[in-house]
Amino acid sequence: MTTSTTTPTTATDSPNGSAPVIADGQVITGAEILLECLRREGVDTIFGYPGGANLWLYRYLPDFTDIRHILARHEQGATHMADGYARANRGKAGVVFATSGPGALNCITGIATAQYDSVPLVVVTGQVPTVAVGTDAFQESDVIGVTMPIVKHSYLLQSVDEIARVVREAFHIATSGRPGVVVIDFPKDLQNARHPFHWPAGPVSLRSYNPTTRGNPLQIKRAAKLIDEAKRPAMLAGRGVLISRGEEELLELSRKASIPVGWTLLGTGCYPVGEELSLHMVGFMGAGYTNKAVLGCDLLIMVGMRADDRVTTKLDSFAPQVENIIHIDIDPAEIGKNVRPTLPIVGDAKQVLGEIAKLVAPKRLDSWITQIERWKEEHPLRYRRNTGVLQPQDVLLEMYRRCDSDAIVVADVGQNQIWGALWWDFKGSGLYLNSGGSGTMGFAFPASLGARVGRPDKPVWCIAGEGGFVMTMQELATAVQENIDVKVVILNNYCLGMVRQFQDDYYEGVRSAVDLRVGPDFVKLADAFGMPGWRTDKVEEVPQLLDRMQRHSGPCIGEFIIDPEANVRPIVPLGKGLPDFVEEIVEAGF
Amino acid sequence: MSTRHRLLSMLVENHPGVLNKVSSMIRRRGMNITSLSVGETDDESVSRMTVAIDVGRAQADQAVKQLYKLIEVIKISDITEDPIIDRELVLCKVTAGRGDRSELLQIIDIFKAKIADVATDSMVIEMSGAEDQVETFLELVRPFGIKEVARSGTVAMTRGREGLRLSAKHQARTPAQQDLAAAERQRRSAGVLVGD
Ligand SMILES: Cc1ncc(C[n+]2csc(CCOP(=O)(O)OP(=O)(O)O)c2C)c(N)n1
Repeated sequence: MTTSTTTPTTATDSPNGSAPVIADGQVITGAEILLECLRREGVDTIFGYPGGANLWLYRYLPDFTDIRHILARHEQGATHMADGYARANRGKAGVVFATSGPGALNCITGIATAQYDSVPLVVVTGQVPTVAVGTDAFQESDVIGVTMPIVKHSYLLQSVDEIARVVREAFHIATSGRPGVVVIDFPKDLQNARHPFHWPAGPVSLRSYNPTTRGNPLQIKRAAKLIDEAKRPAMLAGRGVLISRGEEELLELSRKASIPVGWTLLGTGCYPVGEELSLHMVGFMGAGYTNKAVLGCDLLIMVGMRADDRVTTKLDSFAPQVENIIHIDIDPAEIGKNVRPTLPIVGDAKQVLGEIAKLVAPKRLDSWITQIERWKEEHPLRYRRNTGVLQPQDVLLEMYRRCDSDAIVVADVGQNQIWGALWWDFKGSGLYLNSGGSGTMGFAFPASLGARVGRPDKPVWCIAGEGGFVMTMQELATAVQENIDVKVVILNNYCLGMVRQFQDDYYEGVRSAVDLRVGPDFVKLADAFGMPGWRTDKVEEVPQLLDRMQRHSGPCIGEFIIDPEANVRPIVPLGKGLPDFVEEIVEAGF
Repeated sequence: MSTRHRLLSMLVENHPGVLNKVSSMIRRRGMNITSLSVGETDDESVSRMTVAIDVGRAQADQAVKQLYKLIEVIKISDITEDPIIDRELVLCKVTAGRGDRSELLQIIDIFKAKIADVATDSMVIEMSGAEDQVETFLELVRPFGIKEVARSGTVAMTRGREGLRLSAKHQARTPAQQDLAAAERQRRSAGVLVGD
C-alpha cells in the first residue's frame, strides 16, 4: 500500500513556529496582510485551490509556515472540508481559498450547505483586478451577487487599507450569533498592493450587528414556571444545542424536571441514547415513540432548531394539542416562522437552558415516564435481521460498536444518512455531522476529511451511499496526499436508494433513473488512489472487515453490498402528518 | 396606504449594494415591493429607506426579522399603524390644449400642485401628497390624457417627538471605525468612490 509522501504539520505542532513575525506598521502586500490576519484570528488550516486570481495569496502562503494548506481536488470538496472542520471544531471558522470565476462558482454548493446548517466559514475568493471588475473580464464572475442569498455576509475588498478590518469583521460575523458563511472577494491587484500592516485591536463592534445571546430573564422565569406546571413536558433539541455546546445543560434540565428529550436530524448527538428520558429523532423519518411524545405532551420545548417541514411534516399535524410551546433560538427570525410558540426566547441555547435549569423545581413525573416507556415498547426502532441479505443496520451496528461515543461520524445524504442517525447508540454526546438543511449529496467524504484535520484526536468514520460518494470521490487523492485517517463505509445498494424508495411508495412504483449498477469497483478505486479497500456482502464478514478498517491507520474504504430493497422506516408518507408514520413490519422469527 | 400594505421605515448603512440586498431579501421571501424610496439622512453614513410591501402583518413581521439579519440594516420600524405623515412626489405630463387648461388649473389648485413645465400642447404637473391623494389626483387628470407619469415612491415619518433615530449604541464606534469613516469621507470628497 502506498501512503502519503508529505508529512503534514498538525494544527497544534507549531504555533507561530518559524513563520515571519509581521510587526505593526510594516509595509507588506495585501496578500500578506490577509494571511497575517488569518494567523492572528487563529487559523491553522486553509482548504483551497489556486488559480489566476489568487496566485499572490498562494505566492505568500508558504511563508506562513504555521498555516497548513490542504489542496483539495475540487473547490466544492475544499468547501465541504472547511465545513466539516468547523462542525467538528465547534466555535472555529473553516477557511477556504478559491480563485475567481469557475473556482468561486465551484464553492457555491458548499457555501449553501454550510450556511443552511449555520456553519461558520470564511471563504476568500480571488477576483479580477479592481479596474476589470464589471467588464466581463476573463474568469470574472459576480461572486458577491451570486452568493448573496446563501451567505450571512460578504465583502468585495475595495482598497488595501480595509483588508485587516474586513478579515476581523468576517470572523466575528461568521462565528457569532447564529453562525454562517462570510465571503471575502479579493481583487488581484489589491493582493499585490503594498500597505502598512495595522491590526485593528480590541473587540469588533458593528453598530448594526449585535446578536442577542442572553435570554430575557423574565421570559426565562416564565419558561421555568410553565415547566413546573407541566404534567407531560417534552423537549426537542436541534443543532443549536451542539453549536453552543449546551449538551450538559440540556441533560441537566431534562433530568431535573423529568423532561424526555428528542432531537432533529442535525441535533443527533446532543443527548445520550439509552437514558431513561431519551427519545430519539423526531419528524418525517423520526422514531415512532418520539413522534408519539410530541403528540402526547402538554408542553413542548423546542431549542436550537428551526422546526422545518422535515420536523413538522404537515404543519397542522405537529403537536396541535399542546397548550404551550416554548421556542428557544438565537435567531429571532426562526421563532414563529413555522410553528408559533406561546413563549419565545431569543438567546444562546446553552445559556438559556442553563438559566432555566437553575430555576425549575426538581421533580419526577412517573406516570409520564411510564407512558414514554410504553411508547418505546410499542414503537421501537427495528429492522429485519437474518434475511440472508446484508442489511445496512448489520453494518452500522457493528460500526458503532467500534466507534466509542466520542468518535465523529459524518454521513452523506439519502437512506444512509437516516439509518446512520437512527442506529447510533451514542452514550456521551457525539457528533453526527451531515447536511441536514441542504441535503447535499457528496458532502460526507470531504467533510469527514475536514473533521479529522480539525480534530486529529478523534476517530472519524464516514458513511455514504455509492451515489453520493462518487459525487466528490476525487478527494480520495487529498486523503492520501495528506494522510487523513478517515474510515469510509460505503453502503452500496447499486441504486439511488432514497429516490428508489420514494418512487416505489409515492410515485406509482415507477423506478426511473435510479439504477447505479455501473459504478466503480470501490476496492480497485481505493487501490488506484493508493489506499486499502475491502468489500463484503456477508453478515458474518462484517465484524472482521470493520476490525481491519479500525486497525488501519490512514484513509481506507470498506464497501458493503447491502440489500437493494431495504427501506427507511419509520416514515411519514408524503403529504401526511406526524401521527401517520409507517413502521417496519417485522415478521415473527426475524 | 391601503390596508394590505405594510410600510417599513428603515435606517441602513450607506454602502454600495445595500439597496440590492434589501430588495432581494424581500423578493426571496416571496413578498412584493409596491413602493420604495431611498436617500441619505443627516448622517451621511446612513441611508433611510421607506418600503411598502404587499403583505399582511405576520408576513411583515417575518420580513422585518429577516431584514434585520442583513448586517447593514441598523434599524427598522413597521410604521403602518403609527400616526404618520407620508408623502409621494409625482410628475405628470398631460395633454393640455388651450381649451383644457382652465379646468386643469382648477385641479392643480385644489391639490396644491404646481406647473413645472409648459409647452404648446402639454404641461408637466408636479404634485405631492399621501398615496391616496396622489391616486385621486391622477384619476382626475387622466381624462385630459396622461402622456407620462413618474412617481417617487412614498417617504414617511411618524408624527410627534418620537422617531427613527440611531441610538447611542448605534453611534458608538471603535477608533478604527472612526478612522475608516474619516477615510471614506475623504475618498468621497476626492470623488474616488463612484457608483454608490
Ligand atoms: C446533489 C444532490 N442531487 C440530488 C439529490 C437528491 N437525492 C436525495 S437522496 C438521493 C439518493 C442517494 O443515493 P445514494 O447516494 O446511493 O444513497 P442511498 O440513499 O442509497 O443511501 C438523491 C438522488 C441530492 N440530495 N443532492
